[in-house]
Amino acid sequence: MPIPIEYFLVLSAFMFITGVAGVLTRRNAIVVFMSVELMLNSANLTLVTFSSYLGNPVGQLFVFFVMTVAAAEAAVGLAIIIALFRNKLTMNIDEINILKW
Amino acid sequence: MIHYIYLTILLPLLGFLVNGIFGSRIKNEKIIGWIGSGTIGLSFLIVVGAFFQTLALPPDDRKTIVTLFNWLNVGGLNINVSYQVDQLSLVMALIVTGVGFIIHVYSIGYMHGDIGFWRFFSYMNLFIFAMMNLILGDNFVLLFLGWEGVGLCSYLLIGFWYDKNFEKGTTGDAAKKAFIVNRIGDFGFLLGMFLIYLTFGSLNFGEVFPRAASFNVPVSTFNFIALFLFIGAIGKSAQIPLFVWLPDAMAGPTPVSALIHAATMVTAGVYMVARCSIIFACAPAILTVIAVIGAFTAVFAASIGLVQNDIKKILAYSTISQLGYMILAMGVGAFTSGIFHIMTHACFKAILFLGAGSVIHSMFEEQDIQHFGGLKKYMPQTYFTFLIAAMAISGIPPLSGFFSKDDILWNTFANGHIILWFIGIATALLTAFYMFRLYFLTFEGKERFGHNKHPHESPKLMTIPLIVLAFLSAIGGFIGIPAVFSGDHGNLFERWLEPVFKSANSKLVIYGTHSNLGEIVLMSVTVIGAAFAIYFARYIYLKNPRFALNTSQKFKGFYNLLLNKYFVDELYNAAIVNPIERGSDRFLWRFTDITVIDGIVNGTASIINYISGKIRKIQTGVTQFYAVVMMLGIVIALFWIITSL
Repeated sequence: MPIPIEYFLVLSAFMFITGVAGVLTRRNAIVVFMSVELMLNSANLTLVTFSSYLGNPVGQLFVFFVMTVAAAEAAVGLAIIIALFRNKLTMNIDEINILKW
Repeated sequence: MIHYIYLTILLPLLGFLVNGIFGSRIKNEKIIGWIGSGTIGLSFLIVVGAFFQTLALPPDDRKTIVTLFNWLNVGGLNINVSYQVDQLSLVMALIVTGVGFIIHVYSIGYMHGDIGFWRFFSYMNLFIFAMMNLILGDNFVLLFLGWEGVGLCSYLLIGFWYDKNFEKGTTGDAAKKAFIVNRIGDFGFLLGMFLIYLTFGSLNFGEVFPRAASFNVPVSTFNFIALFLFIGAIGKSAQIPLFVWLPDAMAGPTPVSALIHAATMVTAGVYMVARCSIIFACAPAILTVIAVIGAFTAVFAASIGLVQNDIKKILAYSTISQLGYMILAMGVGAFTSGIFHIMTHACFKAILFLGAGSVIHSMFEEQDIQHFGGLKKYMPQTYFTFLIAAMAISGIPPLSGFFSKDDILWNTFANGHIILWFIGIATALLTAFYMFRLYFLTFEGKERFGHNKHPHESPKLMTIPLIVLAFLSAIGGFIGIPAVFSGDHGNLFERWLEPVFKSANSKLVIYGTHSNLGEIVLMSVTVIGAAFAIYFARYIYLKNPRFALNTSQKFKGFYNLLLNKYFVDELYNAAIVNPIERGSDRFLWRFTDITVIDGIVNGTASIINYISGKIRKIQTGVTQFYAVVMMLGIVIALFWIITSL
């Protein structure tokens, strides 16, 4: 008997909420970044779930693209974080608020 | 030749373009000068050809219309570029191209060495182009094109030496004054045109004038049309109250004063009244106004001319005065006499100006007649031609001015305007007096200039035009010998122009009587009076110089009034110019522009600045705050989508 689809979706929703909470509440830029990855992966999980449930491989194919983009994005993001750290000697995003009036 | 009449308009335009575009690169003055003069000379030959061709036609068919192309065709308005060759336009064209050519040639000598030589000739050609449009045009629009064109050229040429000082400002100020004063007249002329279009549904002479003669139009409409058109003539022909620009127009080079501000352009107003004679004939009340304004301008300007000391100023006031005569002639219905006077005046006034130019030239730009004297022996040709012209303008028979002036005076008297006739006679005496005052102070008597000045006769290029013009003003009157003397075949000039004014003359109500004896008596009165005035001038300024000084001391108030030109300029400045300037400064600029308009524009900007200053505080720069807002937004959007399913 296969695992019902609800299990996957609930897990995915849980992961997503965890990610959102991490992005909104954590102050360390690295942790915020990881939370964003978590949200991406929860979306990936949903895609895979529906793909297998509906018997349509397009969803799984799409996940590869998301993972590729996420990898690239991680590289860029980490680079930005390192650059920021070199400038401000901090990872606390509360203190990185120069983009304002 | 008649059908090539458009060449007389194209050639000056061509001269203008060639000299205007390439002139600065042509280093040789001779080439520029002869391009400028040659185009006018060719035009003159074509006009002469057209004249003789027209002369061969029977008197009632002497009107040819040459249509070039359709210019405007909007709604009911259909305007062609077409030129009308008839008796009146031929007379004017002969004057403009003939005198124009002579003055162009003179200018080659006069403007020698000027840095703007090519500019001068291109403007002069543009002027002839505009003037030919004005007199040959077959409709009011083309006439107006020329009307404005000559105004523009007048402006450009008055301000030709734009950085030269003139009175309280520069010549540029004089040019502006001429242009702005003329605009007032032009505005009236435009209104007249609109009213003509409203009333007669056309602007073509060929349609308007027959309709004016036959349509049943109330007199009040005619009065308004005539009045508005005449306001145009007041501006262009420098009548009271818009004459103030003409004395200042003397700021320009002297050939310009001769051509534009004496011989041709200023007579455009007179020409226009003559051309629209039928409209004016239908408005007798306005005709009386015209006659009165003309007569008063004549005597008013002549009295100012009595005491002026600037040689060109005297001639300018003399021009205004003579224009007053022409307008007077129009007003009393003597259209032919007015046109005749345009013609003779063009010749002798051109000599006076060109002669004055010759004197100024040899005296190193000195214009005060108090510093001349005894120039007779230094410049014999200038002296001789000037004398002929001065006698002509004073009305000494048999020079041309006698016939034309007498024609006007006689018609004024015969048509029942006794008071105006009296003013005319008085003006004639004043004219003879101030003209010979000018002559005696300049050419006769003791030399009153310093020893550093060595007057000399001008070059041939300048004296030959003078001699030609002197010849013309000596014999020019013979084409208009009054019927009293010439017997059966009557006044040739009048017969020639008769068909043009036929319909106007039939409308006019002429009072008074004509009698040959009366004409001869009046003529003698004028001539004797003029001769006496000349003798008087000779007595005062040559024999007994103390007399003038004593008189001016005795009547100091009146003398100052005349010397300051009745304070008309000051009056206009106080009543019109200054209020406008102050109103523009205080109300239009400081209040309307700076307070209202700038206030609205800057106010809008400061309001937006203030509001956005408050709103921008929302932007904290904290990324997570943005993330919260975004998340809330997405949640609300999702919620809304789900509930609306």
